[in-house]
Amino acid sequence: MTQHTLEPKLWVDNYADYLFNFAVSRVSDGEVAKDLVSETFLAGLKSAKNYKGDAAERTWLIAILKRKVIDHYRKTNSKKGKAEVRMNYSSASDAEGDWLEEQVADPFSMLENSAIENKELGLAIQDCISKLPKKQAQVFTMKTIQGVSTEDICNELDINPSNLWVMIHRARTGLMGCLNKNWF
Amino acid sequence: MISCDKAATICNKTQYREATFSEVLKLRLHLFICKACSKASKKNKQLTSLCEKAKLYSLSDKEKLEMKEQFKGQA
Repeated sequence: MTQHTLEPKLWVDNYADYLFNFAVSRVSDGEVAKDLVSETFLAGLKSAKNYKGDAAERTWLIAILKRKVIDHYRKTNSKKGKAEVRMNYSSASDAEGDWLEEQVADPFSMLENSAIENKELGLAIQDCISKLPKKQAQVFTMKTIQGVSTEDICNELDINPSNLWVMIHRARTGLMGCLNKNWF
Repeated sequence: MISCDKAATICNKTQYREATFSEVLKLRLHLFICKACSKASKKNKQLTSLCEKAKLYSLSDKEKLEMKEQFKGQA
């Protein structure tokens, strides 16, 4: 088995987006997710000497992030005193008739499944993006995910539009190949 | 008539709704005749819809920089 080493200096550049997507899909709040990610990096730095090198850097960071997410839910629950679960049978509590039948899950609903699938898809895409050459990944992220206009990207990165489209093209081709391997 | 390379570029532009009307017309015509490009164009559209479906998030450079600063303070 190969030995992995930690390189904290590169963490933010390499893993911030991946961890952020992971966190956002679990806490569904951008600000909280951001805090969790930076806490994860700090915790990782603090316990870097405990890193045995068995797992890849990112796997190790994800493991820390998972604990942070759990801690986050513990904290928010303890603020309220304790976890409280309230159930209402239905909003129209005085409704008569088939109230039990109405509560049964719709067996044909694909919503739940597709939500889970989309989470995984997000991580798969992020994974593939991080495998692209750095410049392509940057352009693709700015264009597709952050929705920055062509003009702004060209100004910021000091390239011309045809350059940009070539990079987008390569990035998309690379992504498609990667997703074909890992997703479909 | 446009080349396949040109068609690919326009196809990419259409994924971000940045192709002009005349470009779109040229692309349509090309896709009508060129089997390979129409296949590639379908794949390209699929990628766009996947990206939309996944609701990707990313941190801006500024946020990353802040994170790095915070990091330096501790390291």
